[in-house]
Amino acid sequence: MKQVIKSTQSVEASPAIFGFWLYLMTDCLVFASLFASFVVLRGQTAGGVGSKEIFSLPFVFLETMVLLVSSLTSGMALLAAQRQKRQHTLMWLTATALLGMLFLGLELYEFSSLVQEGHSWTQSAFLSSYFGLVGTHGIHIAIGLIWLFATMLFIYKRGLTHRLMQRLTMFILFWHFLDIVWVCIFTIVYLIGVI
Amino acid sequence: MFASLLGRMEWHYFWHGWVQFGGQLAMVGGVLTLLAGMTYFKKWGWLWREWLTTQDAKRIGVMYIIVATVMLLRGFGDAIMLKLQQALASGHSDGFLQPDHFQQIFTAHGTIMIFFVAMGLMFGLINLVLPLMLGSRDVAFPLLNSTSFYLYVAGVVLANISLLYGEFGAVGWLAYPPLSELAYSPGPGVDYWLWSIQIAGVGSLLSGINFIVTILRLRAKGMTLMKMPVFAWSVLGSMILVVFAFPILTGTLFMLSLDRTLGMHYFTADLGGNAMMYINLIWAWGHPEVYILILPAFGMFSEIVATMSRKRLFGYKTMVYALMAITVLSYLVWAHHFFTMGAGGNVNAFFGIMTMVIAIPTGVKVFNWLFTMYKGRIEFFTPMWWFMAFATTFVIGGATGVILAVPAIDFQVHNSLFLVAHFHNTIIGGVVFGYFAGFAYWFPKIFGFRLHERLGKAAVSCWVGGFLLTFIPIYILGMMGATRRLDHYDPSLGWQSLFIVSGVGTLLIGLGVVFQIAQLAYSVWKRHELRDTSGDPWDGRTLEWSVPSPAPQYNFARLPVVVARDAWWEAKRGGKAIFSGAYSDFTLPKNSGVGVFIGAFVAMFGFAMIWHIWWLAVLALVGVATTLIRRTYEEETEYVVTADEAKRLDMKSQKAAA
Repeated sequence: MKQVIKSTQSVEASPAIFGFWLYLMTDCLVFASLFASFVVLRGQTAGGVGSKEIFSLPFVFLETMVLLVSSLTSGMALLAAQRQKRQHTLMWLTATALLGMLFLGLELYEFSSLVQEGHSWTQSAFLSSYFGLVGTHGIHIAIGLIWLFATMLFIYKRGLTHRLMQRLTMFILFWHFLDIVWVCIFTIVYLIGVI
Repeated sequence: MFASLLGRMEWHYFWHGWVQFGGQLAMVGGVLTLLAGMTYFKKWGWLWREWLTTQDAKRIGVMYIIVATVMLLRGFGDAIMLKLQQALASGHSDGFLQPDHFQQIFTAHGTIMIFFVAMGLMFGLINLVLPLMLGSRDVAFPLLNSTSFYLYVAGVVLANISLLYGEFGAVGWLAYPPLSELAYSPGPGVDYWLWSIQIAGVGSLLSGINFIVTILRLRAKGMTLMKMPVFAWSVLGSMILVVFAFPILTGTLFMLSLDRTLGMHYFTADLGGNAMMYINLIWAWGHPEVYILILPAFGMFSEIVATMSRKRLFGYKTMVYALMAITVLSYLVWAHHFFTMGAGGNVNAFFGIMTMVIAIPTGVKVFNWLFTMYKGRIEFFTPMWWFMAFATTFVIGGATGVILAVPAIDFQVHNSLFLVAHFHNTIIGGVVFGYFAGFAYWFPKIFGFRLHERLGKAAVSCWVGGFLLTFIPIYILGMMGATRRLDHYDPSLGWQSLFIVSGVGTLLIGLGVVFQIAQLAYSVWKRHELRDTSGDPWDGRTLEWSVPSPAPQYNFARLPVVVARDAWWEAKRGGKAIFSGAYSDFTLPKNSGVGVFIGAFVAMFGFAMIWHIWWLAVLALVGVATTLIRRTYEEETEYVVTADEAKRLDMKSQKAAA
């Protein structure tokens, strides 16, 4: 099997990437549980605020754009890596990291302003499920960023070796996956919540 | 300042009472004896190099089985305490257990038996034989495999630390809220439950991914899916269920932990929380879970019955369809665990019917085994005895399951001992007997000698007799109205004699366990007489029997090429040889301590979360991240075995066996 990865098969078809896809599907189901709980609990505001009062669509749209663009830049990084262009790869990955951090910053700003206004996760089941779902996505982004920094460091030090190409492919799958989850969050949590 | 560094740890969590003190003493004594023995015999280096850091699936499998066996003894000890209490505690007698302790024991019993015994034995046995059966040198991701094992061990360690320091949940094995919420269970017990199974569950999830990739990508050349041994099919079904069901467990436990640590309201009784949502979610995992456990047992019996009847498995295709049908259907029945929720007649009718439908593919399998035996030249070795024990008891369990699937009946016996008898009937009669059969069947392949037959058969007899003696009275008590988890009852109900009979049955099972230990010890002692020199002690059918016993680390010096089902049987009967051509270079994974470190850090994280020691939790996560990053970018993780070396090793192991 290991020889196969090294020679004949492409990175995308290797067992490791297939396994990583399976992992992504399981993570998708973790999110599915959180989404399902959110949908059940969204009306349970316990007399407190509901989604209409606390969500601002323009702000969330900005967050969404930042994350979508970071997905684009990560894709550009992979294309550059496939052409073995280390400098370009690192440049696109830096852009991805900056956008990712900006997204995380925006999300933390949103969370902290909600808490300061007295709408923390302890106030109602609706707020719990909101913070739980969106926060889990945020934790994934944070983990992704740590992973991205490590990937960048090793690409900088060693160049685009076969093993690093595989890791980079996995990271970019992960990042696109988080993007798709965010699109669902945007639709189910924010858009339906405000309309 | 110092106090806050230790979270909510306090001295009084060490002392619970004399009964628990006995348990603590036994555990600490056992661990210290083990450590002292290892040091005295200077075995630490050997243990680290040969076992703890191994990437060989077979050795990882053996470690799983050892841990699961220790846990089986603990879970069985819990069962004996529960039975003794119930036999004694009627009328003026309160038995010997305090109610709170009794509740912790039944919680620990269920949790340990499912997560740490059944899952451990299952993954152990799969690791032992799956790569061999598929004609592969290892699983797809050896390091992930070792990491999964250590996550499982981390769960085991946390669950056992609760006995020494703190308490275990007193909430039943699935910890229904709102009882398991902070308002009603403020202590660390539920957190021990939560984090030990959360961590072990993530390990299972990763194993599921690993085995699916192994089955789909690492089969021998020529082994199409429909030429795969049925055991591999059963593992595929089971692992598909793992990757679909365990994420729900992870998500659900995560939400419960958010409720308990951050004061959220997913499942609380106030501020809009919805406890029934937890019960739906946990059973959306929990029902597939029982099929995760039983499917590999079905697979093992399929191999054993065909081998010991000297016949091709009857109805291979229907076997595969039945397995896959069960895999799908097991997702559509979860609500039968709470027909009394009040979902309404139509919902209950749907879930009731789906539940009964599962009996059809299961019945297909039972008949296929029977038809395989029909006109076969059956040899009654111990695994076959386990099969017969299974075939009778499991069918009773299946029948009572169909009874419980009728919502109208279920309303009468919900939460009664009838239910308890039913699921023990399927899990002991199905899962446990299956795994014991598989263990006896594949033992020679791993260790190079057979298990003693007569002691094994004595163990089977005690287990079956003890099982029936224990659980038939429990069925009757359930029909008489006895509810589950009773620590005391009124003598006027007339239950005590049946509880005593049931307790005697448990002791008979205990005798079976004694026979099993004796069998193992005696077989090790007489290993030279019991040695398996052929590598094929049962005249087997599948690829694992084509290599010498014990199977070499690399499994196959030359990878087999398969043209038919039962490839080894066909090759022995003059079909195309499965090993041919020249030897070639291959790679094997180097040993790695990464799994051990991740397991240790994750256990530390779990402990920190249970006791609210936040700095330690952060430190543990940093440890996990550092270990992972360092490993991810290691380039040299494998070593090459050259063709010459492969040939030399192959000749040597064949000579040693002959």
